[in-house]
Amino acid sequence: MNGSVFKRVGRVLRGQRGATNAAEGMHTAVPNEVDTTHGPILYVENVTVSFDGFKALNNLTLYIDDGELRCIIGPNGAGKTTMMDVITGKTRPDTGQVFFGQTMDLTRMTEYQIAAAGIGRKFQKPTVFPEHSVFTNLELAMRADKRVWTSLTARLSGEQRYRIDEVLMTNGLNDLRQLYAGQLSHGQKQWLEIGMLLVQSPRVLLVDEPVAGMTHQEMDQTGELLTRLAGAHSVVVVEHDMEFVRSIARKVTVLHEGSVLAEGSMDEVQNDARVIEVYLGGAPC
Amino acid sequence: MNEQNLFKRLLADDRGGQALLASLAVIAVALPILNLVVPASSALHVSTYTVALFGKYLSYALLALALDLVWGYCGILSLGHAAFFALGGYAIGMYLMRQIGDRGVYGNPNLPDFMVFLNWKELPWYWHGFEHFWFAALMVMLAPALLAYLFGWFAFRSRVTGVYLSIITQALTYALMLAFFRNEMGFGGNNGLTDFKDILGYSLQSNATRIGLFLASVLALALGYLAARYVVCSKLGRVVVAVRDAEDRARFIGYKTESYKLWIFVFSAVLAGIAGALYVPQVGIINPGEFSPLNSIELVIWVAVGGRGTLYGAIAGAILVNYAKTYFTGALPDVWLFALGALFVLVTLFLPRGIVGLLRRRRMGKTAPTNLVNSL
Repeated sequence: MNGSVFKRVGRVLRGQRGATNAAEGMHTAVPNEVDTTHGPILYVENVTVSFDGFKALNNLTLYIDDGELRCIIGPNGAGKTTMMDVITGKTRPDTGQVFFGQTMDLTRMTEYQIAAAGIGRKFQKPTVFPEHSVFTNLELAMRADKRVWTSLTARLSGEQRYRIDEVLMTNGLNDLRQLYAGQLSHGQKQWLEIGMLLVQSPRVLLVDEPVAGMTHQEMDQTGELLTRLAGAHSVVVVEHDMEFVRSIARKVTVLHEGSVLAEGSMDEVQNDARVIEVYLGGAPC
Repeated sequence: MNEQNLFKRLLADDRGGQALLASLAVIAVALPILNLVVPASSALHVSTYTVALFGKYLSYALLALALDLVWGYCGILSLGHAAFFALGGYAIGMYLMRQIGDRGVYGNPNLPDFMVFLNWKELPWYWHGFEHFWFAALMVMLAPALLAYLFGWFAFRSRVTGVYLSIITQALTYALMLAFFRNEMGFGGNNGLTDFKDILGYSLQSNATRIGLFLASVLALALGYLAARYVVCSKLGRVVVAVRDAEDRARFIGYKTESYKLWIFVFSAVLAGIAGALYVPQVGIINPGEFSPLNSIELVIWVAVGGRGTLYGAIAGAILVNYAKTYFTGALPDVWLFALGALFVLVTLFLPRGIVGLLRRRRMGKTAPTNLVNSL
């Protein structure tokens, strides 16, 4: 826990230094730029969320480094989805702070502002626009000015079309581009939704159960894609499938009853006595 | 942008729209000729009553188009859309009242009859300006837009959706009806506004004016259709459909969904207001009955019967159901409400996409290759 305090202090100092530098005219902390100079891109600190007295998140503290691929596991009700809700602005924390970079306070931003700032989210249940074509789904997700009046006259530029084509190649849906998204298989919808995240060019991708309902082959492809994305993006994967997690994970965080139970490599985590206790249950066999 | 091109682009893949505009062009030419040129003794003569009836249907069709935008495309089932129609109607009605001048029963040059009857001494402040047509025309759009904006701003921001939203819209139109029934409101109370004499100096009783109003309705419907088509073909329209099908997804890819809903709701209210303004001079009266929740529900049935989410389907539905209504209320007056109810039940059960859906299924055959869609 020493580390977290240190990082937090670091951010505070960082903020002050940013201000000083701005005064010197050397470095301005632009509000829309994500400031990751200290390492982490996402700071979740001492966050508590309760629903009718039940604490879905209990003093949760978690840092995601810029460009890392992090897997988050935990039994049902551990607070994984609530954590994503808090980061994306769907749920407001009762206490605690959530920062994107060192300057953006996510608890003060709305869902669409957070999305525009560069945090993309894939839902647990694949959610696409069923009555639009695959292509249009991507067009709508595309990073652009998303205000109403602009949309009334907006037309795709050649560059934007190219970007969509690129993503269609990446996620293997190029042959299905004219199909209604509602006609895709479960796995294809998952891929489309990941593609919709990609065209947003987010800094952070929050991916909730990306391989649910996928075949083994699709799983391998998804794992490969996510690993490839890490580096240029920070990727946070919530997943139940241990085999899948093992195949992609570099660092794993185990959540339990709304807080972090263990953090480390897959091997470390799997040999952690408390993790075994939680996963195998206190029930004597 | 080149207008010719825009026009072509809007209608390129829209067979229904092409058919609609063609039919409008035909009746715009045929009805005036059959009314004015063909002698009354001929079997082909169309009476002025029929022309006005068609004009009324067309204003209903514009109203149905407005509802289809919010219901069919944005998934907002408004059960109070007739309120915007009535507000547009009242706005033009106030202009028509001011046009009466001293030809009223009491002969007061400044005050409409009902105000004289209520012993009012001067015109209420909100009646000022309505002596000018341009001001009334502005209010026809502005009054519904303002109400829709205020209502939508609160409702969408609080994320009221689905059946709850429908109930509030119903309450809205009911509350307005009760308010407009009150004499103190200054809109003629129970009796509403009537006894209109002329519009822009032309007598409302003359054939030529009737034809003019009918042609204005044709034009308004055609332009309204093109405007609505432009909206649904734009990226805004695609976002609106996305909001209908997966609002959370739209929000998390960065759209402020409540703004989109508000925009389409206000736009729709403006169209409804214009429809009301065309309706009132052709039927000669506007009263609080137009706010009745029943009217809004009937409107939903028109759109459901025609087929929502297609625009031209709503127009076809409005004209068909109202034609049936005219026939039934004449021939079998007791049966009409039962027929309407049965129609709604049948359409909901067997034709979820309305008549348009039925025709499409016929044309495509059983395999229904609906998978190829056009992305603009």
